[in-house]
Amino acid sequence: MEAGTPELVKLEDLQVGSALTGRKHVLSLMVENKPGVLARIAGLFARRGFNIDSLAVGPTEDPEVSRITLTLDGAVHPIDQVTKQLHKLVNVIKIRDMEPDQTISREMALFRVQATVEGRAEIMQFADIFRAKIVDVSRRALTIEVTGSSEKIDSFERMVRPHGLIEMARTGEVAIGRSRPDQ
Amino acid sequence: MRAADALCEALKAEGVEHVFGIPGGANLPTYDALYDADLIHIQSRHEQGAGHAAEGYAKASGRVGVAFATSGPGATNLVTAIADAMMDSVPTVFITGQVRTELIGTDGFQEADVTGITMPVVKHSFLVTDPRQIPAYIHQAFHIASTGRPGPVLVDVPQDLSRADIEYEPAQGAPNLPGYKPPTEGNIKQIRLAAKALANARRPVIYGGGGIINANASEEFRRFCLSDRLPVTLTVMGLGAFPAPHEQWLGMLGMHGTRTANYAMDNADLIVAVGARFDDRITGKLAEFAPRAKFVHIDIDPAEISKNVPAHIPIVGDAADVLPKLIGEYERLGPDPERLDAWWKQIDAWREEYPLGYEDSEDAEIKPQRMIEALYKVTEGDAIITSDVGQHQMWCAQYYNFSRPRRWINSGGLGTMGFGLPAAIGAKVAKPDDTVVCLAGDGSLVMVCQEFATAAVHDIPVKVFLMNNGYMGMVRQWQELFWDGRYKSVEMGDSPDWVKLAEAFGWTGMRCTDKNEVEDAMQAALDAEGPVLLDVQVTKTENCFPMIPAGAAARDMVG
Repeated sequence: MEAGTPELVKLEDLQVGSALTGRKHVLSLMVENKPGVLARIAGLFARRGFNIDSLAVGPTEDPEVSRITLTLDGAVHPIDQVTKQLHKLVNVIKIRDMEPDQTISREMALFRVQATVEGRAEIMQFADIFRAKIVDVSRRALTIEVTGSSEKIDSFERMVRPHGLIEMARTGEVAIGRSRPDQ
Repeated sequence: MRAADALCEALKAEGVEHVFGIPGGANLPTYDALYDADLIHIQSRHEQGAGHAAEGYAKASGRVGVAFATSGPGATNLVTAIADAMMDSVPTVFITGQVRTELIGTDGFQEADVTGITMPVVKHSFLVTDPRQIPAYIHQAFHIASTGRPGPVLVDVPQDLSRADIEYEPAQGAPNLPGYKPPTEGNIKQIRLAAKALANARRPVIYGGGGIINANASEEFRRFCLSDRLPVTLTVMGLGAFPAPHEQWLGMLGMHGTRTANYAMDNADLIVAVGARFDDRITGKLAEFAPRAKFVHIDIDPAEISKNVPAHIPIVGDAADVLPKLIGEYERLGPDPERLDAWWKQIDAWREEYPLGYEDSEDAEIKPQRMIEALYKVTEGDAIITSDVGQHQMWCAQYYNFSRPRRWINSGGLGTMGFGLPAAIGAKVAKPDDTVVCLAGDGSLVMVCQEFATAAVHDIPVKVFLMNNGYMGMVRQWQELFWDGRYKSVEMGDSPDWVKLAEAFGWTGMRCTDKNEVEDAMQAALDAEGPVLLDVQVTKTENCFPMIPAGAAARDMVG
């Protein structure tokens, strides 16, 4: 056989994809519910120089398994390398890199906002528009609970910040795959 | 059964015969169990020594090495060995004592959070919280340490739990670990693609690493390389995976590799990496590494693929499984060997122009390279050689043509000075019928010289051939070449007198200062009973060449 015949692979046709995807990734990790698992994951991110944008940990339907949802910037980190390193942790059972249009993701946030007599009505209007709930009230402040995508919470923050944002607490996103219509 | 006795039973069930270690308060129950257990315990003189001995044992035999240490300082002394085993993928299980459960977290006497301290440098670790976990964790530790990409596993056992009474049932089969399913078989489509690319390559290079040795796939690797006239190079960890010298052997790759091997990588159109991880000592400046090449990367650890160098054809799998399939696919294509003629002409020209060499002394002075040649001659190229880290290690890698796997035992990834002597002790325990020589550096050996006592007391007849140049030679070389010769803290002075030191420990001490006597001196050391130190005084300021300066491209080798 001649070298370079069509059955062979031309080396110039071999390409590698970019390691960076350029978008936000939501990773859903099923991990064994054992002591030290979170430390292993946090340690891995720290020593490999990966930056976590948000992190949420909680139980699942199976008491022996916890779910960790973390978001990362795929413009900065090679997500493929991140997931492969995570897979090497013995306590990590399963990893899903959630497809944005196949995923329902939610975050909850609590805002304490300065609410003067003049400003109060506008803040309450914002809360209404964002389907947020006022959960606490005092003479000078309102505490508001918002649930939604991270982007929605970002925009709520932008709306109320000019009124004076006293405190903010966010949970980090949790996510779950959409069920198929026939399920 | 007492949990500590169950621990020993579990070790025996895993086939363990030897353990290395030192007792202390927190692991007294385990040592009490050892009193009756049918296990041979080698009492090291420092836990780091026990750890490296376990590594040497594992590297020489392919079996899991085991080391014990007590809590606190005992455990922290193990950390260097654990990190070393992680970097070089050495199957090892480290079992540490921990303070009593009620004291954990109280800064108790000799308490250290060893699972926390070692988390970045273990393949996995277990902190026992219930005595019934102990035998199960031991079995899981052995399974994890020895399968997939091997590595160190730590089991930390609180003192009170190891004294508890438990039911012991021998484990059956592989443990069920839902998050641990190491790959074995390579994807056949990818293997076929690799074969097709290789059959079309005009300037291929096969680049092998320590993964071949871990996979016990040296024979498959040799057959793969010889399935055509494929040029072969190996990393410092891979030496022995291909029988050197050989007409297809280009010499070692990397910072102190041959020019031929490095230039071949630089000019290759296809590089097939097998069980290697594109370490910076191989690639030099990453942006200029092998700029003309496409990459096939075969590795059992998916995270190594495309970590440093993007792979065009990734193949995740065990080299022992992938290589025979790759040979089959490649031979089926019937590639034309003549397509490699021009490439071999080029390689031969480099070989001609840049052979490994040195200028011998005109007097009796012993050049370090000559010392390695003498070592090769007297051991007939077939001893188990352990080394420390530095110039002597690189000269040995260059000049001792390792022809079989598991004969070259060194610290490649972590670069641990002082690795050689304890590793030799471990290797000799594993392979009592083989000649085991530690090629030591004087800067390194002094860091672990307490282990002379271990070999003496346990009558482990290792031979230490000390390449004594009175310097931390590699650091001196860097100060000379890259720091304007401003030598700082690299001279070893006249201390110790190595012959006296060896004798003080109950070894035989010998010295050699004449190049015409090196071989005879080495032969005498090999022939003598028991452990022997041979102090070979070599040229003080010889530099190890050729060399890719750190961060430079391979084509810019110097010396």
